Amino acid sequence: MTFSPHQSTRRELLLASGVLFAWAYLPRIALAEGRDPRLLVVVLRGALDGLATVAPVGDPDWLRLRGDDALTLEGANPALRLDGFFALNPAMTNLHRLYQSGQATIVHAAATPYRERSHFDGQDVLESGLARPGLAESGWLNRALGSMPAAGRVNPSQAFAVGPIAPLVARGPAPVLSWTPPRLQPASNDTMSRLLDLYRHTDSGLAHALEERRALTAIEQAGAMDVSPTRRPATPGVPGAAVRAYFSDATSAAAKFMAQPDGPRVGAIAFDGWDTHANEGAANGRLAALLGALDGAIGAVESSMGEAWRESVVAVVTEFGRTARINGTEGTDHGTATVALLAGGALKGGRVVADWPGVSETNLYEGRDLRPTIDLRAVMKGILKDHLRADERALAKDVFPGSQTVKPFAGLIA
Amino acid sequence: MARDPRAQTALALHRFAFAPKPGALASIDDARAALIAELENPAAGQIKNDGLLSSGEAARAAFDFRQERKAARLSARAGDETSKQQAKEAQTSASQPEMAQPQAQQTTLRPNPGPGVPQQIYLEEAKARLDSALDADIGFVERLVWFWSNHFCVSADKGGVRPLCGAYEREAIRRHVRGKFADMLISVESHPAMLLYLDNARSIGPNSFAGRRRNKGLNENLAREILELHTLGVRTGYSQDDVTNFAKVITGWSIVPPQQNPERGGEFVFNPRLHEPGPQRVIGRDYEDRDYEQGRAVLLTLAKSPATAKHIAGKLVRHFVADDPPPALVDRLAKRFVDTDGDLMEVAKMLVSASEAWDAPRSKLRRPSEWLVGALRASGVKLSDVRPVLQAQNLLGEPLWRVPAPNGFSDDSAAWMDGLAERLDIANQIARRVGDAIDPEVVAEGSFGPLLSPDTKQTLARAESRPQALALLLMTPEFQRR
Repeated sequence: MTFSPHQSTRRELLLASGVLFAWAYLPRIALAEGRDPRLLVVVLRGALDGLATVAPVGDPDWLRLRGDDALTLEGANPALRLDGFFALNPAMTNLHRLYQSGQATIVHAAATPYRERSHFDGQDVLESGLARPGLAESGWLNRALGSMPAAGRVNPSQAFAVGPIAPLVARGPAPVLSWTPPRLQPASNDTMSRLLDLYRHTDSGLAHALEERRALTAIEQAGAMDVSPTRRPATPGVPGAAVRAYFSDATSAAAKFMAQPDGPRVGAIAFDGWDTHANEGAANGRLAALLGALDGAIGAVESSMGEAWRESVVAVVTEFGRTARINGTEGTDHGTATVALLAGGALKGGRVVADWPGVSETNLYEGRDLRPTIDLRAVMKGILKDHLRADERALAKDVFPGSQTVKPFAGLIA
Repeated sequence: MARDPRAQTALALHRFAFAPKPGALASIDDARAALIAELENPAAGQIKNDGLLSSGEAARAAFDFRQERKAARLSARAGDETSKQQAKEAQTSASQPEMAQPQAQQTTLRPNPGPGVPQQIYLEEAKARLDSALDADIGFVERLVWFWSNHFCVSADKGGVRPLCGAYEREAIRRHVRGKFADMLISVESHPAMLLYLDNARSIGPNSFAGRRRNKGLNENLAREILELHTLGVRTGYSQDDVTNFAKVITGWSIVPPQQNPERGGEFVFNPRLHEPGPQRVIGRDYEDRDYEQGRAVLLTLAKSPATAKHIAGKLVRHFVADDPPPALVDRLAKRFVDTDGDLMEVAKMLVSASEAWDAPRSKLRRPSEWLVGALRASGVKLSDVRPVLQAQNLLGEPLWRVPAPNGFSDDSAAWMDGLAERLDIANQIARRVGDAIDPEVVAEGSFGPLLSPDTKQTLARAESRPQALALLLMTPEFQRR
């Protein structure tokens, strides 16, 4: 496993993508206090359904809102109780365990300042830290690092000339290292489904070729004694072993680097596949499988960090939420507020941070989405300030420009 | 043809060239004029790189490398014997058995020799070829080079050919891509790469000086493929006798043995000691024995044959226009070929001037190599290492300069359909690499403009991330077909 210096100015193609993007330096102030904090930012692209991840089971309007698709504390797949009001998706047993031991915090009904519903623009705002979309050149995490005094340089064991393109959140003037996993994230079933949908409307020859191939793969898999993790899953649309293995391998590798005494301390990683327009499967389908993979990844960070877990924070964020109601195809469309998931031994956890807006007809944002009541920037600023000791003025001016009125959220870190 | 000029330009750049580079669509007013202007530019399709070796230099470098390896192996083996002997001696003297162990282990640790010289040359040539395709302003001439290189294909997997593939393409194909078919044909059939690939280097006339002494003989491979694949085409009326006699004509078309000649080793030579003496009758014509000139005369006759013109015209149209070539267009192209004495520039001009070539539906599936170059050009990717692209071509079933058979890679869309799922994997990898840094909708507009279907636009706009949108774009019917 080796790091390579990252050069974001060159569009190079190695037909392999980087997974972990990490700051090349150690944070000096935190070190001077005798702390050695780690921060891993996990970006979920595609917009995570916050209400299917952490359900307001105590809200009187909840069952009416989602009906049979609402997560509840009863039934075949009961949600995991967090407090008297919220419950966690049943696939997230690691996160639940961490929550119970005070090492996980849920932030609910949170959103960036972006209020439209385009993925690309939403991701720009989430990752750039700017108030408005537009092709930004740098991300908030990178600028936060650039604003912090650096101690010694981390030790990349081996360097080669060319690095992959970092996700926007990690791009910018601060030097960034990248690590590429030996195994790539498998082509998602979601991409395959979208492609098939396009082919069916426009090119029956291509549709036929791809369908035939997919059917063959499914048969091959059903007949196989041991299901290789590199194969695609047999159930169309539901991520399988390959996705689970990829999520946990990638984050485990990241955590192992970050646990090393001379390894990087701050990193970012991005996972795709959360755009659940149809057959969302919150309790036992596609989203449950994805959340299970994410939960496995959080568990992998915990175990791979070893002792360093005590000083770690994993922050899971997404560009926006999804519609409060289920749509006509058993899925949800692009929405507004959602959850942010925090895990790590450095947290003062075991609680849901929310200024709950309610999910009655009148409380929904524009009559359709969970109303945002917490600015996600406040959460990230709180972590950067209290965990990494980033400077508050820099956070307001350079990291999240124009966010003077959005105060860093205090008390997240133990 | 009275269509939106931007649509015409987009169609032309995809059908006759590679995908447009960013900005190209907006800068070209008259697509046909632009294609012809590139054809008339002598620098188009030529690789300027002083670092590349000629085929003779490459063959000699590969030969020297093999000799050094052989010597190293011999000395290593001698070392093995010595240490085995020492180990044996140590074992028999039971007093110091612990001494023997480390010595025996040492001999198994040899430095990794790394990629050999033939592979290094292959990679450098592959990089130069890829850069030439990525850098081409339009790429029509480059596409013609690829067409002819596949028509006159050789394979790196055949002994001795690997270090010569790139030089072969530069020396025999590119040099004549805007010239006469007869000149390309003679360059090709006398090139060491072809003579090795189709065994003519060791074909011996039974009654030649060498044939009488060694009781070895004729190899018909090259003669047959020249008739069947390179010129007339299969079932065009030649007989087995024609093949045998033609094979006799080109005995002696061979290669200077590198072990005998350090200056000229690996280069083409007419070796009279291998040449079958006497006149030969090939397809109804007698050719008197004038050594090398005898073979050249047969090739010139073949190049002028109407069957050759028809064969080439059909292949050109199948490659550029449609799996089922419109017969009228093939006939006009064949006539142009005959009328201009096989002037490849004139034939190419007629191809892009014909209305059928523009009106045909965009139904041809791009070959994998074409699709990869298009994807890289459209997304503005730069490359420092060619190996991932070569690996992608391997995965997609079109390994560079490694054809499975002398008829080359198929130009029939159906042959490539079942690789679609692999293309999706590659598209994903490209997208994960660069999809964060570019706007796929801008790339789509810049590549296809008015050719984009509303369904495709909607699919891209609804993608969950930029990388996903780029992967989808590379897989759209617009990007797969041309």
